[in-house]
Amino acid sequence: MKILRFKERLYKWIFTILAFASLFFLMGIVLVLVKESLPIFQKVNFFKFIFGRSWYPTYNPAEFGILPLILASIWVTLGAVVVCVPLGVGSALYLNELAGRRQKAVLKPIVELLASIPSVVFGFFGVVILTPLLQKVFHLPTGLTALNASIILGVMATPTVCSIAEDALNYVPNAFREASFAVGATRWQTLTQVIIPAAGSGIATAIILGMSRAIGETMTVLMVAGGSAVIPHTFLEPVRPMTAAIAAEMGEAPMGGSHYHALFAIALILFVITFIFNVIAEIISRSFRVKLGLSG
Amino acid sequence: MKKEFSQNLGFFGLFLCMLTTILALGSIIYFIAARGFSVLSWSFLTQVPYSAMTKGGIAPVIVGTFYITLGAIMFALPLGIACAVYLCEYSPKSIVVNIIRISINNLAGVPSVVFGLFGLAVFVKFFGFGVSILSGSLTLGILALPMIISSAQEALLAVPQSIREASLSLGATKWGTIKNIVLPTALPGILTGVILSIGRVAGETAPILFTAAAFYTRGYPKSVFSEVMALPYHIYALMTEGAHPDKQRAIAYGCSLVLLFLVLFISGFAIFLRQRQRSLYG
Repeated sequence: MKILRFKERLYKWIFTILAFASLFFLMGIVLVLVKESLPIFQKVNFFKFIFGRSWYPTYNPAEFGILPLILASIWVTLGAVVVCVPLGVGSALYLNELAGRRQKAVLKPIVELLASIPSVVFGFFGVVILTPLLQKVFHLPTGLTALNASIILGVMATPTVCSIAEDALNYVPNAFREASFAVGATRWQTLTQVIIPAAGSGIATAIILGMSRAIGETMTVLMVAGGSAVIPHTFLEPVRPMTAAIAAEMGEAPMGGSHYHALFAIALILFVITFIFNVIAEIISRSFRVKLGLSG
Repeated sequence: MKKEFSQNLGFFGLFLCMLTTILALGSIIYFIAARGFSVLSWSFLTQVPYSAMTKGGIAPVIVGTFYITLGAIMFALPLGIACAVYLCEYSPKSIVVNIIRISINNLAGVPSVVFGLFGLAVFVKFFGFGVSILSGSLTLGILALPMIISSAQEALLAVPQSIREASLSLGATKWGTIKNIVLPTALPGILTGVILSIGRVAGETAPILFTAAAFYTRGYPKSVFSEVMALPYHIYALMTEGAHPDKQRAIAYGCSLVLLFLVLFISGFAIFLRQRQRSLYG
């Protein structure tokens, strides 16, 4: 009996310890990023690093200003939002409101399946198909531009946005819809004035998570954004987002050098940005559940 | 009448959104399948590359992807299930659980390239595993962990409370109940989630850029400490490195098609299984 009880407690402890793995790894990531990026901040002022306008890590003397990279990430992400929000939310509304049961049973798994297409395949498609197309249409010297990256990232984030938004729409109680019909509203009025406002924060969560995915996406922007680290003026110029800079330059940066530490610092800033996005999404989605009377 | 018109217009707009989404993603699959198909052959899938990557097949690349993915799942699976068991079976509702839940959510949102840097600093450098299958697998395993935890959690929550209580009332211990009743019941659901995350892991590129992948290795990987060629990285490398861009592009089409087929097949299988399980257990 005593042995049995001991065994029970032992198992509980093992599971408890293993359960902390995620927290452990998350802390590990933060620790590594901070530790490896600290040396660069001893050399370059933090504000100069973020707001510096020139990124010449391999020049002598090297310049570490990542404003062009940050702006490139923001531009490309906003461009992607323009593509993925109407497509993703529109598709979610279609699935939820218009598609019949059988249509939905086919379309939903397809959307989910499309979410699993690897990012490198999107990047490859962007390089071989979209790049020559954009070059021809806009008469550009190169088709590898912020526009190209925005389109590909947007299409890529669409299934994610669609799935999460559709879940949010599903949470809206049927009574809302019935009440709206009962007072004589049309389906369209019900959709725009009852369902969408009720699911609003859920849809907002979907958009934020889509943005978070777009800003952290690496392979596609590495392949199609063009890679020039200058402050962008139009969408038709090549840009170098933060993730692309890390992926492209880490291979050449001498280990332990300033360039190496600067790339870790970029990763740290990227981590903080996506962390903030995720926390906001978490807060909004929790308030959404409370609002609709669902348990957190 | 005006009401009806705006309704029809609005609904048509939504239909267009759905159509564009499916068409855009479908066209990606179509173009890659159409152009990659001519490259595919039995020898493309079974031979090693030669003549500076322009001739031969991609067999070692496929094998490399298999090893890395297998390693990642072997690392993440026990850990993920243990975490889900704790959260669903043992945890008292408390601050601890909330902290774990929040860290899982945030780990899921970390950009993949950041995992790559973490792997580089910790596994490659600190532990001295070098650029190897081991480093790549561990890095990808951490990336897969949140996916496995949440699908295992979903499967455990679907196990009816009544059969736990029945087991406990017969005098079984907590661990006995979990081992003999709860886990076997939840197993199909857990496996589905695992298959789904295999599909994701196999297609990830950024985490293995600095931890495992090489553009060219001689023959097949020899141990867990050797560098490997892997499908997703290979596509990227074929497009950006090497001396014969045109010939390499054809091979890149072939690799893309193989990777796309592999991932869509694995994920499709998992989605199909889950659909069936959900309709079975309602």
